[in-house]
Amino acid sequence: MTDIFAKHAGLREAYSGLTAASPRNPFEVVIERPISASVGIIEGRETLLFGTNNYLGLSQSRKAIDAAVETAETMGVGTTGSRIANGTFGLHRKLEAQLADFFGRKHCMVFSTGYQANLGTISALVNKDDILLLDADSHASIYDGAKLSGAQVIRFRHNDPVDLEKRLARLKDHPGAKLIIAEGIYSMTGNVAPLDKFVDIKTRHGAYLMADEAHSFGVLGAHGRGVAEMQDCEDGIDFIVGTFSKSLGTVGGYCVTDHDGVDLMRLCSRPYMFTASLPPEIIAATMAALEDMQERPELRARLQENAARLHAGLQKVGLKTGEHVSPVVAVTLETVDQAVGFWNALLENGVYVNLSLPPATPDNRPLLRCSVMAAHSPEEIDRAVAVFGEVAKHFGL
Amino acid sequence: MADSVAVISGMIIEKLLANPKVPRDIDGNSKIVEDLAFDSLAVMNFVMEIEDELDVSVPLDKLADIRTINDLAACLHTLKVAHA
Ligand SMILES: Cc1ncc(COP(=O)(O)O)c(C=O)c1O
Repeated sequence: MTDIFAKHAGLREAYSGLTAASPRNPFEVVIERPISASVGIIEGRETLLFGTNNYLGLSQSRKAIDAAVETAETMGVGTTGSRIANGTFGLHRKLEAQLADFFGRKHCMVFSTGYQANLGTISALVNKDDILLLDADSHASIYDGAKLSGAQVIRFRHNDPVDLEKRLARLKDHPGAKLIIAEGIYSMTGNVAPLDKFVDIKTRHGAYLMADEAHSFGVLGAHGRGVAEMQDCEDGIDFIVGTFSKSLGTVGGYCVTDHDGVDLMRLCSRPYMFTASLPPEIIAATMAALEDMQERPELRARLQENAARLHAGLQKVGLKTGEHVSPVVAVTLETVDQAVGFWNALLENGVYVNLSLPPATPDNRPLLRCSVMAAHSPEEIDRAVAVFGEVAKHFGL
Repeated sequence: MADSVAVISGMIIEKLLANPKVPRDIDGNSKIVEDLAFDSLAVMNFVMEIEDELDVSVPLDKLADIRTINDLAACLHTLKVAHA
């Protein structure tokens, strides 16, 4: 009998090497419970959380908690069905209308996760006769959506409009539809995409453009509509996809657009159709979090100040960060051993960040991915930077 | 004129040897993943460099069938001819 797990031999070896060198398994960190948006209990200790996606701290929104509790009390905790069968409640429609209104778009589809929003949108929009042009550093959900679609996939260099244009020019006689996909803020590095430049290019070449604003929704733009709003190019973006699991603090995903053709996507997008819809208390909490976000623009201002403080602080203690000041600040290290040691020391000193290892990182080097929240106090940020500085010194960096 | 498969294969080997981590004894029959220890991301990134050189784009699904350096050269040659 063929060993069904034989194919994982390489992975097992890499994994064993990694966990042998680390006092704790980096993939099995347990936050016993959060105490607030910025502090959780890990290994029995109060730990500063600098590795979440809770940018506005809204996972702890009073308004969202109350809405969830009240809705669970009155409607129960689940829908037990697909959006196209018994899984659409009045609330799902209300949230879609609220999001369409927020983005100033005609249509909105809500999916059960952000991952499925990408899978469901991409796989419904293109098929084997079409071409997808993906930023090389795209999130796994975009690559997986591309695979599910069956379209021909061409990667262009990360954030590089010239490279994108060159590739589109090569395709000028290709009869299929062309869909360009980029993110707003890149989740690992904090890099911001030049969406305004991509809009010029897509217009010149007769392509469509989709932006995944997962990490920029609620975070950038005067109203929190993301990089497209910040760069004043929303009209040129055909489809905006995003998630509730970051700035809004709940779970779920969406796609908004002005194209009427998406009506039929509800009947051909498999990741939309063949899965249970979001439970009503999540929808209610998401609607309340969206209102909270709109009513408190100061959260976004606070977040930007905090991002600048962390970014400058880490640079000041001599660490290598990206150039973009955004709520994701990635410290690049050279070797995996160094990164694993550094990450353990941070945790032992009360700071949790994300350990990101190749091949999930862009240029084959490990990253300590830090993210800030509006909910961090200046003292918490300074404390985290101080710990980073001490650990860096200990490792001779 | 489109370059021949052999010319493209030579060009790929030259580019690969510029990377000190690549074994010195590679030839057209070397397997990219097994012999060169490239992971899937490294393969995609390497192909991007070659694409610039030849002014073609290789769709990702084409990479799935490629095992050796010569396979890659043949694939690039086909794309180049179709594009010319
Ligand atoms: C760019 C991007 N798109 C989509 C997702 C998926 O979102 P979710 O975690 O809500 O499924 C994520 C995060 O995981 C992401 O970083």
